[in-house]
Amino acid sequence: MTTPLPEAEQLLTRLAEQLRPVITPATALVGIHSGGVWIMQRLLKLLDMPLAHGTLDVSFYRDDFNQRGLKPTTRPSQIPFEVEARHIILIDDVFYTGRTIRAAMNELFDYGRPANISLAVLVNRGGRELPIAPQFSACELPLPADKNLQLLQHEDGRFYLRLDDQA
Amino acid sequence: MHNPQLNKDGKLKHLLSIEGLPRAILNQILDTAESFTGVSEREVKKVPLLRGKTVCNIFFENSTRTRTTFEIAAKRLSADVLNLNVSTSSQSKGETILDTVDNLTAMHADMFVVRHSQSGAAHLIARHVAPHVHVVNAGDGRHAHPTQGLLDMFTIRRYKPDMHNLRVAIIGDVLHSRVARSEIHALTTLGVPEVRVIAPKTLLPQDVEKLGVQVYHDMRAGLKDVDVVMMLRLQNERMSGSLLPSAQEYFKCFGLTQEKLALAKPDAIVMHPGPMNRGVEIDSAVADGMQSVILPQVTYGIAVRMAVMSILAGSNDA
Repeated sequence: MTTPLPEAEQLLTRLAEQLRPVITPATALVGIHSGGVWIMQRLLKLLDMPLAHGTLDVSFYRDDFNQRGLKPTTRPSQIPFEVEARHIILIDDVFYTGRTIRAAMNELFDYGRPANISLAVLVNRGGRELPIAPQFSACELPLPADKNLQLLQHEDGRFYLRLDDQA
Repeated sequence: MHNPQLNKDGKLKHLLSIEGLPRAILNQILDTAESFTGVSEREVKKVPLLRGKTVCNIFFENSTRTRTTFEIAAKRLSADVLNLNVSTSSQSKGETILDTVDNLTAMHADMFVVRHSQSGAAHLIARHVAPHVHVVNAGDGRHAHPTQGLLDMFTIRRYKPDMHNLRVAIIGDVLHSRVARSEIHALTTLGVPEVRVIAPKTLLPQDVEKLGVQVYHDMRAGLKDVDVVMMLRLQNERMSGSLLPSAQEYFKCFGLTQEKLALAKPDAIVMHPGPMNRGVEIDSAVADGMQSVILPQVTYGIAVRMAVMSILAGSNDA
C-alpha cells in the first residue's frame, strides 16, 4: 500500500471535536482495552470536562473464546459509575467486524440498563459482520481482510497507526 | 518430560498439581482471577464464558466449602453444574472411578472437578478422559490441592504485593496436608525467598527440606519477623497411632495465639484453609482478629476457581 496512513494524533483531535457537542452531564465514556482506553484517557484531557468514565476488557464476552481461549493478559473491567439511564459513548481504536462492540455491549448491560449507547472510533476500516456501526469516526479507511491495522504509542505517548499483513 | 497438565502448545489443559507448573502459568491464573473479582461485585454476577458447558463436581470425599465455591465459580461463568457425592451413590454399589467418569462423559460433561481421598485420583482421570475434557484436582489424598494453593497466593499477593520480599511460615500438620504441599510449591515457584515450616517432628514428612523450606520445631522462633502466617488444619480424621499427645498439648505448643502472633511482623496476615479447629491450631481471638484474612480467602477462592476453569476451557485445540 502506497497511500500514507492518517496521522493518529490529528484523528484524535478530530474525534474530540465530533464528540464535544453531544456531551451532556449524563454522558459517560467507556474505553475498550487496550487502544480504546488510551484514546479515552486522551479524550478526557482534550475535552477538559469532568466526565464519568470506565474501562472494559471484553475477553470474558468474546464469541471466539472456544477457538482462541483467554488472552494471557486480561485486565479488570472498571465501571465506577451507575450505568442505569446513562448516555454511554463506547470508545475503540479501530472498528472492524463489530464483534468486540457486541461483546462490550453485552458486558455493559450486565452492569445496568443505559439510556443509550453510541460508538466512537479513530478509524472505521470497514468489514462489519454485524448490524453495528460507529456514530463517530475520525476517518474512514477501507482495508482488505488480510491487513491488520493497529494503534500504537511512541515512547513519549504520541499515537501512531501501523498497517501489517495478517499473520 | 511431558507434563500431563499442559497441551502441546504449553497451555494449561488440566490442573492437577502446582508442582511442575511454570511461574508464567501461575501468574496467568492469578492475573485472570484479578479480573474476575470485579464480576462478583456487579449487579449481574455472571459472564458468558462457559455458556453451554457442563461442569461435573465429583466429590468422592466430602467438602462443603470447596464444592460450593467451585459450584458458584462455574455458575458465574454460566456453565451448567452437576454435583455428585459419589461416596453416597454408585461407589457404594461397586462402580469404579473410571466407570463413573465414562458415564458422565457419555452425558457430555466438559469438565470434571474431582476430590478424592486417594493421591493421584485426579491424574488417573486426566489420563483417561477424551481430549476435549478438562480435569481440575480439588484435593487428592495427601498429594495436592492446587486451587487452594492458588487462592492462598492470590490472597498473599493482594495484601503483600511484593512476593520477592516475603517471609512466610506454614504451621501445623504438614504431614497429612495436601494444602501445605501445594502452598510450598506455589510459594517457591513464585519466588518467595523464605518459606518456613513449623511443626512437631511427628507431623513433618521426611525430607521436607528438599522442597526448599526451612524447618522449625519451635513456633516462637519460627514466627519471628514473618510477613505471612499460614495455619494448617490438624487432620484428626487422618491421624493413626499416637502422633500427638493431645489436642490441648498441641494447642500449647503449636496453636496460634495473639501472644505468639506478636512475634511476627506487626502487619503480618493470618491465613487458614478451613475448616478451623478453634482452640486446637488457632485461637478464636486470632481467627476473628484484625490480622486474619481467612474470610477474604474464601471470597478470593471463587475468582481463582473461575480463572482456572476459564483458562482450561479455553485451551481446546482450534
